[in-house]
Amino acid sequence: MSLEDLKEKLSKVVEPGDMVPRDYEKDGCLLEIKARAEQVEAVAKAALEADCFLESIAAVDFTNGPQIIYQFNSCTSISRVLVRVQLSRGESVVSIGSIYDAALWYEREVFELFGIRFDNHPDLRRLLLPEDADFYPLLKDYGKVHAFRSTEDIYGE
Amino acid sequence: MANEFLEPITEQTFYLNMGPQHPSTHGVLRLFLKLDGEYIVEADPVIGYGHRGHEKMAESHLYEQFLPNTSRMDYLAGLIFNHGYVAAVEKMTGIEVPPRAEYIRVICAELNRISSHLLWFGTYVMDLGGFTPFLYSFDDRENILDILDRVSGSRLTYSYCRFGGVSRDVDDEFITATHQFIERLRSRWDDYHNLVTKNVIFIHRAKDVGVINREVALRFGCTGPILRAAGVPYDVRKAEPYSVYSELDFEIPTGTKGDALDRYLVRLQEMEQSLHIIEQALERLPDGAIKAAVPHKVRPPRGDYYFAVESARGAVGFYIVSDGTSYPYRLKARVPSYGNLQVLTEVLPGTLVADTISILGSIDIVVPEVDR
Repeated sequence: MSLEDLKEKLSKVVEPGDMVPRDYEKDGCLLEIKARAEQVEAVAKAALEADCFLESIAAVDFTNGPQIIYQFNSCTSISRVLVRVQLSRGESVVSIGSIYDAALWYEREVFELFGIRFDNHPDLRRLLLPEDADFYPLLKDYGKVHAFRSTEDIYGE
Repeated sequence: MANEFLEPITEQTFYLNMGPQHPSTHGVLRLFLKLDGEYIVEADPVIGYGHRGHEKMAESHLYEQFLPNTSRMDYLAGLIFNHGYVAAVEKMTGIEVPPRAEYIRVICAELNRISSHLLWFGTYVMDLGGFTPFLYSFDDRENILDILDRVSGSRLTYSYCRFGGVSRDVDDEFITATHQFIERLRSRWDDYHNLVTKNVIFIHRAKDVGVINREVALRFGCTGPILRAAGVPYDVRKAEPYSVYSELDFEIPTGTKGDALDRYLVRLQEMEQSLHIIEQALERLPDGAIKAAVPHKVRPPRGDYYFAVESARGAVGFYIVSDGTSYPYRLKARVPSYGNLQVLTEVLPGTLVADTISILGSIDIVVPEVDR
C-alpha cells in the first residue's frame, strides 16, 4: 500500500492539522503526526490496516517532559511515518502491544530506560537491565550528559 | 479388578533454561522454555546480558568519538553499522562523499555481509550436527578477514568509515585479492550444495521447521532474510537506495514458505548477489579522493533524522536528534535482530525442543546487537 492510503486512513483518526509532511531527502521521513497519548491506539490500528510494520519506538527526554516517537514503515513502498507523542512527566500512555507484537519489547525498553508506563501492557518487566534496577538511565538527569533541553530548543515550537 | 482403570496421569509442565551459556545461542542469550514433555508451551527469550548502554554513551560523546561504538553493536556486520552511522551524520550535515569512497564502502560492506553469512552458514550447520561445512566456510571467511584487515586495520570490529569518506585507500593488491576471493567462493558453491543443501538430514531438520509467514513477520517487525524468506522482496538497498546501490545491478532473493530451509536458501543466494555487486563495483571503481574535507567537529543542524541501511540481518536505522551542537542529543539504533529474536515467542510454542536449535540458528541473531 502506498503513503496515500496510509494518509487517508490516518486522516480519520487525527486532525489534518496534526499531519505535517516532512522532507524525505533531508531527514529520511515522509510524514510526521503529532498525536495525543489517547490517540496512539487508533493511529497504530490505522497503520496496521495500511499494511505497515512498526519500525521502532524511541523516547527522548526533554525539560518539558518526555516524547515517544513511534515509527511506521511499509515494506511495499517507502512510507516512513513518525508519530510524535508529547507526554508530561509521570504521564502514562496506552500500550499498542495488542496491535503490533513488536511493540511489546519496545515498550518494555522505553519503560526501563525512561520510566514511562504503558497501560494494558501484559508484561511490563525490565528487558535489558537487571530485574532489580531502580534507575532510568536514559533520562537526562542520570549520569553524564552533554545537555538537557526543551522541545522548543530543538524543534523551535 | 480387571475392568478398573487407573486415573490418567495429568500432564505436568516444567521449565527449562536454555542458556545463558549454550553453544547454539551464539552469544549470551537465555531462552526460558515452558515444556510439556518435549513440546514447547511458552518461550521467553531473556536478553540484556550484553547491555553496554551505547545509546547513553552517545549522549556524552562527540559524533566522531561515537564512531567505534557502532561496529561493536553487531560485531559480525560491523562495517555495515559503521557505514549506516556515518551516512546518517553525512546526510544530517550535508557532507558530499567522493564517488571513490562510496564505491570502496560498498565493496567492503558487501565483503562484510558475505563474511557474516559464511559464519552463519558454518555455525548453523554445526548446530545441526554437521562439523565439516563449518571448517570450509571459516576457511573462506578467513580470506575476507585478511582482505579487510589490510585496508581497515582490524579483523572484526571495523571502524573503517570516516565522515566524508574512508580512512585508507585501497590498492591494487586489494583489488587482486578480492577478485581471487570472488573466484574462490564461486568455485565453492558446488561443495556447499553437495555437502549441505542436498543433504537429507539437513533437509529434514530445516524443511517446514519454524515457519514465519508474511503476516507474523510484519507484526513483529522482522526484516532481512526472515522477511524475504516469507516472500516479501524488502531490502533497504532497493527500497531506499543509499550510497551507490542505485547504480548497481542486483536481485533480491526471496523464498515462498518462510521456513528454516527458505531462510537458508535466501542467504546462500544473497552471498552470490553480493559477489555480483562487488564485481560491478570493482569494475567501476573511479579514481579520485577518498575523503572529503570535513570540519574537525561536525555540527548537524537542529532537528531529528532517520537513516536506514541493510545489514546482514535486516534493516538497521539510526534515529538521531540533534540540538545543533557537536554531541548527539539522542541516538536510537533500530537493530534488526530485535524483531527477529522477538518472533521466537510466537514461533517456538508447539514445536519440539530439538527444533529450537534449528529455528534459532536459522534466524541468525547476534545477541550484542539486541542488547546494545
